[in-house]
Amino acid sequence: MSTDSLTSSPSVAAPEAALRRARPRVRITHWAFAGPAAALFVFFFAYPLGASLYQSFTADRAGVPTWVGFEQYQRMLHDPVFWKSLGNTGLLLVIQVPLMIVLALVLAGILNQSWLRFRSSWRIAYFLPSVTMLVAYAMVFKVLLKTDGGMVNQVLGWLGAQPVDWLNNPVWARVSLIASITWRWTGYNAVILLAGLQAIPKEQYEAASIDGAGPIRTFATIVAPQLRPVILFCSVTSTIGTLQLFDENLVLTRGGPDNATMTPVLYLYKIGFDQLDFGYASAIAWAVVLIIGVLSFLQFRFFGNAEREKR
Amino acid sequence: MNAAASPRRLGRALVVLVLAAGAVVSVVPFYWMIVAATHSNSELFHSPPPFLPGGNLLRNLVALEDSIGFSRVMLNSLGIAVVYTLGSGLISAMCGYGLAKYRFRGRGLLLGLVLATMMVPFQVLLVPLFQMMASLGWVDSYQAVILPFLANSFGIFLMRQTFLAFPNELIESARIDGAGDLRTFYRIVLPSVRPQLGALAIFTFMSQWNAFLWPLLMLNSEDKYTAPVALYTLVGGTHVDYAGLILGSFLATLPLMVIFFLFQKQFVSGLLGGAVKG
Repeated sequence: MSTDSLTSSPSVAAPEAALRRARPRVRITHWAFAGPAAALFVFFFAYPLGASLYQSFTADRAGVPTWVGFEQYQRMLHDPVFWKSLGNTGLLLVIQVPLMIVLALVLAGILNQSWLRFRSSWRIAYFLPSVTMLVAYAMVFKVLLKTDGGMVNQVLGWLGAQPVDWLNNPVWARVSLIASITWRWTGYNAVILLAGLQAIPKEQYEAASIDGAGPIRTFATIVAPQLRPVILFCSVTSTIGTLQLFDENLVLTRGGPDNATMTPVLYLYKIGFDQLDFGYASAIAWAVVLIIGVLSFLQFRFFGNAEREKR
Repeated sequence: MNAAASPRRLGRALVVLVLAAGAVVSVVPFYWMIVAATHSNSELFHSPPPFLPGGNLLRNLVALEDSIGFSRVMLNSLGIAVVYTLGSGLISAMCGYGLAKYRFRGRGLLLGLVLATMMVPFQVLLVPLFQMMASLGWVDSYQAVILPFLANSFGIFLMRQTFLAFPNELIESARIDGAGDLRTFYRIVLPSVRPQLGALAIFTFMSQWNAFLWPLLMLNSEDKYTAPVALYTLVGGTHVDYAGLILGSFLATLPLMVIFFLFQKQFVSGLLGGAVKG
């Protein structure tokens, strides 16, 4: 205890030494506040993290996990379902995430207009989808998109269109997934971007308009550079969320049809807990970790650079 | 007259029109949930479908209670989320305070661990955590759902940032008044960061209320299910009670909407969680 207090934060410790003699009081060691969290982290994070890394190099041989080196990773490279799940994720990253961020940007731009009336009501209307329970909203879309008698197909029917087999056709299943995720998360991202827009001083817009800059020029020279970190935040969190997608595609399609909406996390769930192949499931999990790390790093480089140049 | 015809006003009217169309898309599913939840299954998929709320709410509710014990399941969700929110909030505040205001051996390591937890997707822990819970005999228990994620790295990081800005003078003056470390923490420090704690509590409550994958793995008996797990089991059978499904989904979402409307400010600041500085 006494040695610990020597290392305590100087600013807090300074008057303490003088007062120690004056009044006895309850003292606790300096790691006590962080202790419970540290213990939980070691037990429920550090240990299982190591264990899963180890397991990714093992395979079940007659009921015994045996060290097999990179065998599981090689198996992954030749597993068409794994590649398909990555392809589906790539498709979401290339189509859904940019679509949603652009929609959110436009929405935030509109909601930031001073002439717009009932601004907070609009914001609430758009934000509401992101307050739904994840499984619940996926359920709602599942029923809305039901092939026979689903609301969406009924509306299409009135417009003279044929019913679409939304969740059982590989292409439409992906469209449904993209639409659902976009519905749930666009307003959320727009509110974050809106907060970023509101942090830009009004004088800069005024200066731009005095200089005769139109809306596009104002966006390119004033808004975009300052909004960059917020866009980065939105795109990184959306990318990570996409790579961890599980609830929506499990509820909507269970990864089908023909794995058209399979994602790596749903796949590792099925490998690990339907087939009880823990080694392979761990290897897939580490592949996801690696991909998230690389993509986050790239996005930081891509969006971060210009900001650094500016400073 | 002239003003109305001016291109600027026309442009703005168009923008509002587009905005309204998008808002309809956003909100209509909520209205439809109310409509669907108050009709019978056959009415729901009848052509033309119902557009106004019907009179089948009570019957759907009874059916839902019979099929998945809905009230029990909601109470399970609520209990787990409340315990998790309180527990992880306290642990986050303590750890954040310890990291911000104390120097101790391994502090850098712990901070590194917190940041690593934020970056590593939790799915990588699924298999070992599952095995741990199995060997502890905790499968199908509430502690198995709550404990592994009780130390919440996002919360710890948020609280650390909060406490870094907390004036040392206040802590010192509490000590001069003779308060011990714990007393200082509970009486002086915690009450003054109530807004941040509130935002964190909303965030953690929501994340636990939404949690699906881990409870799905851990909970096996129907009377222990959380709401999302129980709702998910509804789509498994051959004869799906769609109206009940939508009613359950709506009721399971309701607490989140209530929290949102009550605490909009904290809600948004919790969600921003460092995205926008200042």
